[in-house]
Amino acid sequence: MKRFVGFVRKEFYHIFRDKRSLFILFGMPIAQILLFGFAITNEINNVDIAILDQANDVASKEVINKIAASKHFSIVDIIQQESSIESIFKKGKVKAVLQFENNFGNNLIKEKQANVQVLTDATDPNMASTISNYISSILKKYQQELNENISIDYQIIPQSRMVYNAELKSVYMFVPGVMTVILMLVSAMMTSISITREKEQGTMEILLVSPLKPFQVIIGKVFPYIFLSVINAVVIVLLSIFVFNVPVNGSLFLLGIESVLFIITSLALGILISTISATQQTAMMISLMGLMLPTILLSGFIFPISSMPLPLQVISNIIPAKWFIIIVKGIMLKGIGIGFVLKETLILLLMTLLFIGVSVKKYKIRLE
Amino acid sequence: MMKDNNVIQVENLSKLFGDFAAVNQISFQVKAGEIFGFLGANGAGKTTAMKMLIGISSPTSGKATVAGFDVYKETESIKKNIGYMSQKFALYDDLTVKENITFFGGIYGLSKKQIEHKRRELVEELGLQEVTNSLVASLPLGWKQKLAFSVSLLHEPKIVFLDEPTGGVDPITRRQFWEMIYKAAHNGTTIFVTTHYMDEAEYCDRVSIMVDGKIEALDTPKKLKEHYKTDTMNDVFLKLARG
Amino acid sequence: MKIILYIIKKEFKQIFRNKGMLPIIFILPLLQLVILSNAATYEIKNIQFGYVDADNSSTSRELIEQFEASTYFNVSEKFPSEKEASQAMQEGTIDAYLNIPTHFERDLQKDKTKGIGVFIDAIDGSAAGVINVYITQIIQNYNKNIVADLIQISDTVQKPNSIESIPLFWYNQTLNYKTFMVPGILVLLVTMITLFLSGMNIVREKEIGTLEQINVTPIRKSHFIIGKLFPFWIIGMGLLTIGLILAKVIFNTPMLGNLGLLYAYTSVYILVILGMGLFISNFTDTQQQAMFIAWFFIVIFILMSGLFTPIESMPKWAQILTEFNPIKYFVEIIRMVMLKGSGFVDIFPLAIKTLAYAIVMNGLAVWSYKKTT
Repeated sequence: MKRFVGFVRKEFYHIFRDKRSLFILFGMPIAQILLFGFAITNEINNVDIAILDQANDVASKEVINKIAASKHFSIVDIIQQESSIESIFKKGKVKAVLQFENNFGNNLIKEKQANVQVLTDATDPNMASTISNYISSILKKYQQELNENISIDYQIIPQSRMVYNAELKSVYMFVPGVMTVILMLVSAMMTSISITREKEQGTMEILLVSPLKPFQVIIGKVFPYIFLSVINAVVIVLLSIFVFNVPVNGSLFLLGIESVLFIITSLALGILISTISATQQTAMMISLMGLMLPTILLSGFIFPISSMPLPLQVISNIIPAKWFIIIVKGIMLKGIGIGFVLKETLILLLMTLLFIGVSVKKYKIRLE
Repeated sequence: MMKDNNVIQVENLSKLFGDFAAVNQISFQVKAGEIFGFLGANGAGKTTAMKMLIGISSPTSGKATVAGFDVYKETESIKKNIGYMSQKFALYDDLTVKENITFFGGIYGLSKKQIEHKRRELVEELGLQEVTNSLVASLPLGWKQKLAFSVSLLHEPKIVFLDEPTGGVDPITRRQFWEMIYKAAHNGTTIFVTTHYMDEAEYCDRVSIMVDGKIEALDTPKKLKEHYKTDTMNDVFLKLARG
Repeated sequence: MKIILYIIKKEFKQIFRNKGMLPIIFILPLLQLVILSNAATYEIKNIQFGYVDADNSSTSRELIEQFEASTYFNVSEKFPSEKEASQAMQEGTIDAYLNIPTHFERDLQKDKTKGIGVFIDAIDGSAAGVINVYITQIIQNYNKNIVADLIQISDTVQKPNSIESIPLFWYNQTLNYKTFMVPGILVLLVTMITLFLSGMNIVREKEIGTLEQINVTPIRKSHFIIGKLFPFWIIGMGLLTIGLILAKVIFNTPMLGNLGLLYAYTSVYILVILGMGLFISNFTDTQQQAMFIAWFFIVIFILMSGLFTPIESMPKWAQILTEFNPIKYFVEIIRMVMLKGSGFVDIFPLAIKTLAYAIVMNGLAVWSYKKTT
């Protein structure tokens, strides 16, 4: 035990002496969470649009004013003919063009029915459908104003309540996600690299022939990183509470325990990667190329898993980040207790044991 | 250009790292064709001094020329005229013997024919016929060192710098290594070699002994032993190192 | 020139000899392209939907039937009271529920208008917004039905004004997400591979000591750098090619524009990334440091590229920052050229910035590469 403590201490020195890496390890996650927390949102605002007003009458002007007043749109171009639409789309200057028909106002007065075409650049389908929804709701509102004097018939009025996130803040969605991605990648990368590095430099053999048992060597190497990652996690949680005002409705203690569990899962994954790679380069490429995009895309961080095709929903189950994101959102935003995240916790625990089990087996094979 | 046939001319050369003088005002000359031993304990400043001479580290102050070229301004010209073998094995482990030779020959600008010729000569000399197509990683350390030395001579440099070339190899290989050094010197190459094996110092024409960044002694091994009244270079060194 | 060839040859040999790396460079990215392109969709489907029906009248049942008929909703459960429904939402088994109060039908007939509780799990704010739109639409349509069913439209009622918005989706009529995502994800993969490999490359030689051996040779640093980076340039172009083939064969992604233009642009773009990789390599001592820095920038580049979330919605300062994001340019251009058939003139403003970026980045990289310490 004394030997082990000495070894761990040596590892700590090792890490803390490399000031530059230390700065990177602590500085980067903070920079990222600040940047993403403020900048990333999947709301759609300030969309640049153009107007093609063939009517040019009172009614069309009024509609244009309503649209100009909306925070979702900014009108950046007024075009005169239909033929210019294609060229401004191709340049990517605007995302949508609103085309008012020739006798827009007249039609509205005489026929009680007028049309607006909403031409969207649907290369981004989400943007396109959202734009068309926003425009149609602006038009509906205007329509209601026009119809104020007309008696309404039977109406069921939906009174929507946005539970857990009344103001629909993107931060609530992204902070847990960013935290997960950072913890996962930093932890897995750090361990996989530091272990393969010893292998590459030949110092691993020296450690393995020392009186320390192989698992002590591994734990000794990983331990300082648990410590580093926990500090990272604490900083991230503090930032999300105090800078982004994300509430912690559940138990902070539980959040802490779950974070430690997830960090250990990630570190265990890093160990597993190190057992299958011979060089630092390979280890890094596996942890970066192999983990980055799947962690971002298949974890529910940005895109809802329930909307994915079934095979991908199945695959998403093997992404540890998915489970941790559910846990973090549950504890922070829904304020639920351990009872509700028991399944997710057990899955993470099982994954950890699996990663460690496979690593131990691989090491044994090599040693024989 | 060259003064009195001195290929290396060093005057008050220093290298500071912050306040610490790794190399402190050293001066010496190396004559063409001699085997010059550059001795000192670990951390005495040998490697730092050598790195300034081969043009990969800029001196803080002082003057020096190597093969007639200035170590401040003409480092690239120096590099054309020198070979270097570092103390850390620096050939590519993941290339074969043949590929390493071709690569280094290529970047020194040798023609295909010259490379081919050199390669044959070298492989034969070192007895590497069996392993020309094996990865360097699979060779024993002694062979690697000999290969690295030969590679540093590929472009027939005027001077070759060897930084602890025999570190970690067995006595027989060390002996063979020194035979190679003699052969190269015999062919007119100047040898600048650092070592901390004092018995190797006996093989040099002249040696300098560095202690804490300064050159404390410089002469032929014979004269040094006489001066310090000892039988071996080892004792000379111990006397100097203890101050 | 000849010297450069020697370096290129050596690099290729080293790359292809490392059997552990080959699948990571060539197979992993393509596998991810094929799989992950399916994952990136904002389309909201399979909404788990529950309800509380305290009224249990024909109107309330009919309303629920509307939801059952919709393809967006999976009506899962009828909860006895709001407490159970709320708990189900907490557990995450339902995304939204409807709370129909007692006397719903009676009040509706009496007052002509009646509120109904809609509860949506809004942690994913944008998904919640979409769900809300769907629910509102269903209820509004149902409103029209009651009008038709229950009342005779009296002739005295004035016909209401109506403005119809007619959406037209250009370039992607079916709003196919894969069309949108495949080119973007391809850009990411090409960028990641070239940045990681080039960022690690020189620092690796530094770490194993061979760089010193190179530095004592009279090789010109520009030759050395070109020789080192060229193989990764080839790998990047190769990945793009295979990726485009997969995009065509598997996803049938449209390729309206000139592919030559796309290749010409990519050849400049990869230079930006390689310059960046080299720059990172020059400022780090170990592969570990280099990788962390490369990772840091890649994550920022990816999340701020407009690939997954719109740039327009970011605060002004963040939008200015994205001007320094090379991925943003490439994502935009590959979509313009492939999906809209934009030509040289259309992409010129973006392409010229990329070119400037490439020149600055490589200038910095060559300048900061020192053969001397």
